[in-house]
Amino acid sequence: MIRNRVLFVLAAAAVAAAAALPFLSFAPNRLLSGRGVPLSAALDLPWGLALLPGGVLLAAPFLRPSRGVLAAGAAAAILFAAGLLWLAGHHAAHLGASASAAARASFGSGFWVMEAAALLAALDGVRRLGLAPAPRVAVGMGAALLMAAPLAAGHLDQLSILKEYASRRDVFADAVVRHGVIVAAALVPTLLVGVPLGVLAQRRRAVGRLVFPVLNVVQTIPSIALFGLLLAPLSALAGALPWLGISGVGLAPAVIALTLYSLLPIVRNTAAGLDGVPEPVRQAAHGMGMTPAQVFLRVDVPLALPVFLSGLRITLVQAVGLAAVAALIGAGGLGAIMFQGLFANALDLVLLGAVPVILLAVAVDASLRLVTAMIGAAVGAFRGRHPA
Amino acid sequence: MIAFERVTKRFGPWTAVNDVSFTVGEGEFCVLIGPSGSGKSTLLKMVNRLVAQDAGAIRVAGEDIAGVAPEELRRRMGYVIQSVGLFPHWTVERNIATVPVLLGWPKGRVRDRVAELMDLLKLDPGRFRDAFPHQLSGGQQQRVGVARALAGDPPILLMDEPFSALDPITRDTLQGELANIHRQTRKTIVFVTHDMDEALRLADRIAVLEHGRLVQCATPRDILTRPARDIVRDLVGREEWGLKRLAVETVGDRARPADGTSAPPPGEPLPSAAPLRRALSEMVARGTDRLPVVDEHGRPAGVLHLADLVRP
Repeated sequence: MIRNRVLFVLAAAAVAAAAALPFLSFAPNRLLSGRGVPLSAALDLPWGLALLPGGVLLAAPFLRPSRGVLAAGAAAAILFAAGLLWLAGHHAAHLGASASAAARASFGSGFWVMEAAALLAALDGVRRLGLAPAPRVAVGMGAALLMAAPLAAGHLDQLSILKEYASRRDVFADAVVRHGVIVAAALVPTLLVGVPLGVLAQRRRAVGRLVFPVLNVVQTIPSIALFGLLLAPLSALAGALPWLGISGVGLAPAVIALTLYSLLPIVRNTAAGLDGVPEPVRQAAHGMGMTPAQVFLRVDVPLALPVFLSGLRITLVQAVGLAAVAALIGAGGLGAIMFQGLFANALDLVLLGAVPVILLAVAVDASLRLVTAMIGAAVGAFRGRHPA
Repeated sequence: MIAFERVTKRFGPWTAVNDVSFTVGEGEFCVLIGPSGSGKSTLLKMVNRLVAQDAGAIRVAGEDIAGVAPEELRRRMGYVIQSVGLFPHWTVERNIATVPVLLGWPKGRVRDRVAELMDLLKLDPGRFRDAFPHQLSGGQQQRVGVARALAGDPPILLMDEPFSALDPITRDTLQGELANIHRQTRKTIVFVTHDMDEALRLADRIAVLEHGRLVQCATPRDILTRPARDIVRDLVGREEWGLKRLAVETVGDRARPADGTSAPPPGEPLPSAAPLRRALSEMVARGTDRLPVVDEHGRPAGVLHLADLVRP
C-alpha cells in the first residue's frame, strides 16, 4: 500500500538509477570519454555504510505519513544525499590511487539521479512538515553543512570537478565576484526605476496600460537576442562618447539587458502589492488625518512589502541565471567558465561554472523567502486573512 | 457646531448632494438617513474634506473648513467607517493610538489614553492590547474602530454606517454603548445609516435625505408624528408605523389627569415616562383597556385609556 506517491516515485527512480546507471565515470584523461563505474563496485565497507539511510527512504513511501515518519524521511534523505557525496569522493580517490595523475573520475548519471531524488525527497518531507521559517532555515543550513563538510575536508578532491577547480582557483574566485557584481549592478537601476514605475502604474491606470505590455514583450525576447540587439547601439554610443568608458560588449550591455528583464517582476509586484492594500484601510488612514506621505510610508509600504519582496526574489534568481549567459558577450562571471568548458568539450569545467550558479540562485531564493516570511509574520496576520 | 450652507456636490452629470443647508448643534447626535444614493455618505465625507463640495460652505465651530488643512481638520474629528479599516499590521494598541501619535502626544499620555478607551469600549487590555485586528471578531474590531476615532478626544465624531455589517445582537449592544458614550462625553456626533430603527434609537435629530436633497430635519418624535414626505414614511416602514410612533411618545403625553372623583383602575401602575408602546403591550397582556399612571415620584398621575392611544 503506497501512502506517499511522491516519495515512492523518487525512491523508485533512485533504485533504478542505482541498478542501471553508472555511479561514477572514470577516464584516463579529461578529453577521453570515460567508462561507467556502477554503484555496486563502489560499495565497499565501511564507506558503503554511508548509504544506509537510503533504507529508510525505501520504507517511507509505505508508512502512514505521521510527523515522525515525515521527519525521519527528510532526515534520512539529507543523510543519504550527503552519504552519496562521501562515497563518490572516497571511490574517486580509490580509483585515482591506481591510475596516472591525468586520470579523471567524475559523477556519473546514476549519482545525479540519486542525488536529485534524495534532495527532492528531503524538500518534499520538509514541505509536508509545514515548518515555520526559522526551523526550515535551520534544516536547510544543516543539510548544506553536511554536504559541504566532505568538500571542506578535501574528501572530494579526487573528483574531476574539483581538479578543475584546483587548477583555476583564482579565476574561479574572480568569476564568483564578477557574477555578483553583474547582478548587483543591474539591481540598482532596476530598483531606482522599477519601484517608482510600479507605484505610478498602480496609481495611474494609464501608465500601467502603457508599461506592462512593453515589459512583457521585453521579457519574451531571448536573452542572447537582447544582448545582440544592444551590441550595435552601445558600440555607436561608445564610439561617439569614448569618455563614457563603455563598449558594445562587456559589462554595459549585460547590466542593461539584465535591468530590462528585471523590471517586469519588480514593477508588477510593486503595483500588485499596493493593489492588495485594502481600500478601507487607506480611507481610514486619510480619515485619521495622515498626510499622503504618512499614508504611503506607514500603511502602503508595510502592507505591500511581502508581495514586493517576492518580486525581488524572482528578479534576483532570474538575474543570477541570466548573468551566466552574459558571459557570451564578454561580461565575465561564472558563465565564462561554463562556456570555456563547453567550447573545450570539458564537461567538468561546465559543471564548475554551472553548479555555483545553481547554488547561488538557491541561496538567494532561500534567504529572500526567509525574509519575506519573517516580515509576513510581523505584518501579521494580515497574511492570515489574505494569503499571498 | 457644524453648519452646512447650501452645500452641493456633483459627480459628473449626477448631483449627489443638492443645495443642502442645516446645522448640527454642539453635543447633538445627528443621524443622516436615506436610501442608497441619497448622498448621506457624501455629505458626511465633506465634513472632514475626504470629499470636496462644488458649491456652498461647511463651517465647524464657526470656521469655514475650506481654510483648514485637511490633515489638521481630520485630526480634530473622529472617523468611523462600516468596513472598520483597522491597520492590519498594527496591534490594537497601536491602532487606537493612531491620532495621538500623529498629534505628537508623549508616550505616557498615549498609553494612558489607550487604556482609558479600551476600558470605555469594554475591551480587556490583557487580552486585546497586543492582538492584531484579524484575531478579533467583527464587533470587537468595530469597538477598536470607535476607540481609535475617540482617541484624540475630538469634539466631533463622524460615523459612516458603523454598525451595518454587524449581526443584530452585536449591533444592539454597540448602539447601547454608543448612546452611553454620547451621554457621558456630549460629543457632537454625525452618524450615517439607512436603518430607521437605529436612527430613532440614537438620534437627537434626524436629517432625511433623498436624491441629494434634505427632505426633513427633525427630532425622532416629529419624524414619526409629522412626516414631511412619503419617503419619510417609507423609511420608517408603513407596516410598523403606528407602533414606532407609540414608541416615541410617553404615557404622560396622553394620559387623562386624575380628576380625584373616581378610583384608579386596578393593577400595577405605569410610570408616566414609559413609552406608549409599552402601555399598549401591557393592556393586551392584562386584557384591560385602562391603566393607572404614576409620576416620577410614584404619585398617582391619572389614567390612560385605550382610546387615548388612537386619538390623532
